[in-house]
Amino acid sequence: MSGKKYYQTFIKGIFKENPTFVLLLGLCPTLGVTSSAINGLAMGVATLVVLLSSNILISMIRKIIPDKIRIPAYIMVIATLVTVVDMGMNAYLPVLYKVLGLFIPLIVVNCIILGRAESFASKNGVVLSALDGLGIGMGFALSLTVLGGIREILGNGSLFNIALFGDVFQPAIIFILPPGAFITMGFIMAGLNQLKKMKKK
Amino acid sequence: MDLSTLFGIVIGSIFINNFIFARFLGLCPFMGVSKKIESSIGMGMAVTFVMTVASAVTWVVYNYLLVPYHLEYLQIIAFILVIASLVQFVEMLIQKTSPNLYKALGVFLPLITTNCAVLGVAILNIQEKYNFIETTVNGFAAAIGFTLALLMLAGIRERIAYSDVPEAFQGVAIAFVSAGLLAIAFMGFSGMTI
Repeated sequence: MSGKKYYQTFIKGIFKENPTFVLLLGLCPTLGVTSSAINGLAMGVATLVVLLSSNILISMIRKIIPDKIRIPAYIMVIATLVTVVDMGMNAYLPVLYKVLGLFIPLIVVNCIILGRAESFASKNGVVLSALDGLGIGMGFALSLTVLGGIREILGNGSLFNIALFGDVFQPAIIFILPPGAFITMGFIMAGLNQLKKMKKK
Repeated sequence: MDLSTLFGIVIGSIFINNFIFARFLGLCPFMGVSKKIESSIGMGMAVTFVMTVASAVTWVVYNYLLVPYHLEYLQIIAFILVIASLVQFVEMLIQKTSPNLYKALGVFLPLITTNCAVLGVAILNIQEKYNFIETTVNGFAAAIGFTLALLMLAGIRERIAYSDVPEAFQGVAIAFVSAGLLAIAFMGFSGMTI
């Protein structure tokens, strides 16, 4: 096995199989918490941690788990990891924990994590699974940060809490409110479609 | 039982804090099965049933199993187990008792386990410290709100299919923008107090 395979396993999650914009998985946190770039990044990193550890753990125990009960077993592993992250964030990052709120326990039902466990970690070794989890997780975190960034710039005139414009700029508050999430997402999808079309030509 | 509190919960969960447009829960099926009105009715029915029963069962599990033994930290694990087995049980029950309904709901039932609206409503019920009846009513109302949003988007998407959409916006992109416009309409309810 060459180094190229490892690299491709890692990099595909960020662009080619980007979980948010290409596969449209895990939409609830994507739209729910991205009212600013920091929130998006924090949610992305929390998911990344769970995804990486679940991929590693599941690829380690994949040969012990009986085939018939593999899905409940995966869910138990993921739920345990999410509980750890949930309690850890509550203890060390109470402010962020309050903002992200319900969406931290809901990482359990994020289809990206179970999807990677079933389609990748259950068939591959530890190193490859870790790289896969890292790639997909970083793709997810990156998408959330981009979406949060766009919404924060348009809706609040700032990025990562740093004001970008003077008093002249009138922020369109609608973009940090729920409707803005759907509309921004729609325009990003349209932009990606356009890019794909131009590439084909 | 104070009826006006229950009324407040129902209106609040359907309109003011609509699960899709205000809380962002259950978006995967919202985007996935909103292409046709027919399938969105099936999904809505299945979700309503599971969410109502799951709210009631998780409340009982939390208050009579987790609290007495000081196991509140197992909340996430316990709830997801309850929901997963409940969905499985409901699937078997419907298959035995009413094959027609099973055919109609068929594919949607297993999908509900990973619908975050179900786990979301269970955790919210505990956070809001609702009693048993309020919990069940809230679960039902939230599911009705979900179904309403799903049906509205499905109706719009059926129409969009016949209209001239710019090439880049075809498919999901225009669905997201339509959902955004619907969400603006639902914002009219926010700030309402009952």
